[in-house]
Amino acid sequence: MAEPQPVLEMTGIVKEFPGVRALSGVDFRLFPGEIHALLGENGAGKSTLIKVLTGVHSLDGGTITLSGTSVRFDSPSQTQQAGISTVYQEVNLCPNLSVAENIFIGREPTRFGRIQWKRLRREAAELVDRLGLDIDVTAPLSSYPLAVQQLVAIVRSVGTGDADGQGAGTKVLILDEPTSSLDRDEVLELFALMRRLKDQGVAILFVSHFLDQIYEICDRMTVLRNGTLVGEHMVSELDQVGLIQLMIGKALDQLEELHDHQLRSDVGESLLQADGVGRVGGVAPFDLEIKKGEVIGLAGLLGSGRTELARLLFGADQPDSGTVTIGGKQVSMSAPNDAISEGVAFCSENRKTEGLVPDLTVRENIILALQASRGWTRPIPVAQRDELVAKYIKALDIRPANPEARVGQLSGGNQQKVLLARWLITQPKLLILDEPTRGIDIGAKAEIQKLVVSLSEDGMAVLYIAAELEEVLRLSHTIGVLRDRKLVAQLANGPEITPTRILETIASGEHQ
Amino acid sequence: MTTTPRWRALTHHHLFWPVAVLVILLLVNVPFTPDFFSIKMTDGHLYGSLVSIVLFGSPLILVAVGMTLVIATGGIDLSVGAVVAITGALTCSYISDQADQSALSGVFLAMGIGLVAAVVCGLWNGFLVARMGIQPIIATLIIMVAGRGVAQLITDGQIITVNSEPYKLIGGGYWLTLPFSIFVVAAVVAVTVALTRRTALGLLVESVGGNAEASRLVGIRSMRIKIMVYVFCALCAGIAGLMISSNTSAADGNNAGLWIELDAILAVVIGGTSLLGGRFSIGGTVVGALVIQTLTTTIYTIGVPTQTNLVFKAAVVIIVCLMQSPKFRAKVFGGRFGTKPGAKGGTGQPAAAQAEPAAATEPAPKMEVS
Repeated sequence: MAEPQPVLEMTGIVKEFPGVRALSGVDFRLFPGEIHALLGENGAGKSTLIKVLTGVHSLDGGTITLSGTSVRFDSPSQTQQAGISTVYQEVNLCPNLSVAENIFIGREPTRFGRIQWKRLRREAAELVDRLGLDIDVTAPLSSYPLAVQQLVAIVRSVGTGDADGQGAGTKVLILDEPTSSLDRDEVLELFALMRRLKDQGVAILFVSHFLDQIYEICDRMTVLRNGTLVGEHMVSELDQVGLIQLMIGKALDQLEELHDHQLRSDVGESLLQADGVGRVGGVAPFDLEIKKGEVIGLAGLLGSGRTELARLLFGADQPDSGTVTIGGKQVSMSAPNDAISEGVAFCSENRKTEGLVPDLTVRENIILALQASRGWTRPIPVAQRDELVAKYIKALDIRPANPEARVGQLSGGNQQKVLLARWLITQPKLLILDEPTRGIDIGAKAEIQKLVVSLSEDGMAVLYIAAELEEVLRLSHTIGVLRDRKLVAQLANGPEITPTRILETIASGEHQ
Repeated sequence: MTTTPRWRALTHHHLFWPVAVLVILLLVNVPFTPDFFSIKMTDGHLYGSLVSIVLFGSPLILVAVGMTLVIATGGIDLSVGAVVAITGALTCSYISDQADQSALSGVFLAMGIGLVAAVVCGLWNGFLVARMGIQPIIATLIIMVAGRGVAQLITDGQIITVNSEPYKLIGGGYWLTLPFSIFVVAAVVAVTVALTRRTALGLLVESVGGNAEASRLVGIRSMRIKIMVYVFCALCAGIAGLMISSNTSAADGNNAGLWIELDAILAVVIGGTSLLGGRFSIGGTVVGALVIQTLTTTIYTIGVPTQTNLVFKAAVVIIVCLMQSPKFRAKVFGGRFGTKPGAKGGTGQPAAAQAEPAAATEPAPKMEVS
């Protein structure tokens, strides 16, 4: 491709939140008529960059140039008027209105203050037609599946910026994870629309966790890590293994050195058996067996379906296919209670929103799971309760060692320990840990990993999810590899299993 | 003013501000009614302004105590006023149909019928909120509006008067020199405290209100908890309904318990329970209800014209809420009344502090989640 003038150029972008530098000096450029992937793990700064560009967040440093002129957006509506449209993961339209109304909402063609309904419908039909879509614009939006609603959202945003509906106003289209809830055919339809827009000269910024889709549709990609720019590459010049290395930030041989494992191989009989368990929009149906005393690690990029898999095994989300058998008994999994009563425990990756009750004390948070299983009529006797809490505060070294402290005031590592204590107190058979070491300091991290090893030695099964491959490798007997919301491989840990091997499995998606 | 540790501990107690407001309001009355604090014994009954405040405040305390638990789960119950009316209407119309209105068995049966109706209302509210997932403010609005119609139907649109000595006792009688309703209130408050703090109910309610998703993932059956709480709240309102109709020996479907839901919500908030749910304080609510009743009494004693007394009441409520807001205190008094270090806006702060719940509960902006 010849190097024309970029339609959008962001230089030295800096964005700071209190205590955190979300973006430090990121450069980004976008050419007309290209589809450009923005890549990086969660927290790398993708969303922040988009929000800075669209005026949701203010800019702390750097410049944005649109079509050669320097711009500065203070609100999303300004951005839209300048020709930058954004479609988010969630469809933000009104399902009860017709497709045509949705396309023109807020900028209906009017005459003497009255909406010209005929003209509105005609122009909506023309717009839809020109983009090659077969949609009845007079039907209510809710009569179409989610995928089509997504397409309508794109049509709407492309039509924005010009009252006469010619579609010439949109120079840049930002698609933030538009495919996450679409099936394969729907994705193809979306891609067809994206290609048509691209041919019309629109520059498209595409964010997706699905690497295959990136390689299918994108021309160029920009990789971010920890708020910095890692590189800009043509898609054809960088293979998937190379890309994953860029995203994770470690060269393969470097990973190799860190890797050393010493695991016992004495796992017990089968504890949990999942047959064809899956959920549309979550994770594709998978089979998985977990044995007593076994640590199963889940590896895969963020967004590959690790958390979704774990949530299905706990009943936090309800599987829409397959069966789960725990200890020889089929469990309905209609609510977390079903799994909990069979001895499954789950520490969510979102400590704040799905774990802690911040206003309650450390003691109350610790006894919550045990108390919930006893019901409200049988409170844990005070002496027994205080003894249990003191025991676990000591065993896990929770600081401050004050059961009366509000849990919201503890540090991240100590909050994590409180959640661990909450479940350990119930003596579960299977402990699901989703990113238990995220955002906590090195010391607490090592302690939690040691704890996992000793729990498994005592016969507890552990399902362990962590972003860092070496962490998974160090702890697990078996490694489940996920890619694009599919469990693509289950590898028995051993000397031949290396981070390279896992990365290759993630990149190629083999062993299907 | 020096802030000794003792003073600091005192001002940081969750009941400090409600009690301080109550004391100030009581003192305001003294210049207008010099013998405000005196209590006299006449005919073996204690009389005095303080006794009257507790007596007239009894129904409000009952309703507010039930409301506290509902609010602690993150809900609200607007239907309590209507439940007051329904209970009073049913009970009085049953008693008035008896040949001997003072027969104990008839009175007990009548009260039983009234309270069962209250429980049914609570079950309906709980069903809509917990099972159907309807927003509490909408779900309870149904009985708030329709319930008064039901009460009118029961009484045929008339005010039903009864002439029953045993029934009169609940809201208007005396026992051991004190108004009987004070004993009823004391019993209900004691039972509520025991029910919530001696069992695990209080903890589970606070957990559901404090973080509903975490509670679900920890296996709390929040549906049951919520239904129970709405039933309990309606039952409290039912007892208040008995008390009000007993006090006047009449059931007025239109006016009994009118707007009591708003006073009750206010009492809960003044008592330090957050409208966002979570931590609750029954003691705080009792004090809050007494503050509201004292305010009403004060309005009469200082002679505010009846046309403007609601304006006056609103002004005082605003001041009370501002005084309880840590943000406001920090702005006006500096750090003197020291806000709790790291205190979250979520709990223990009144409505004024809830004006910006997002800012108060999320000190740092959320990092992006892509």
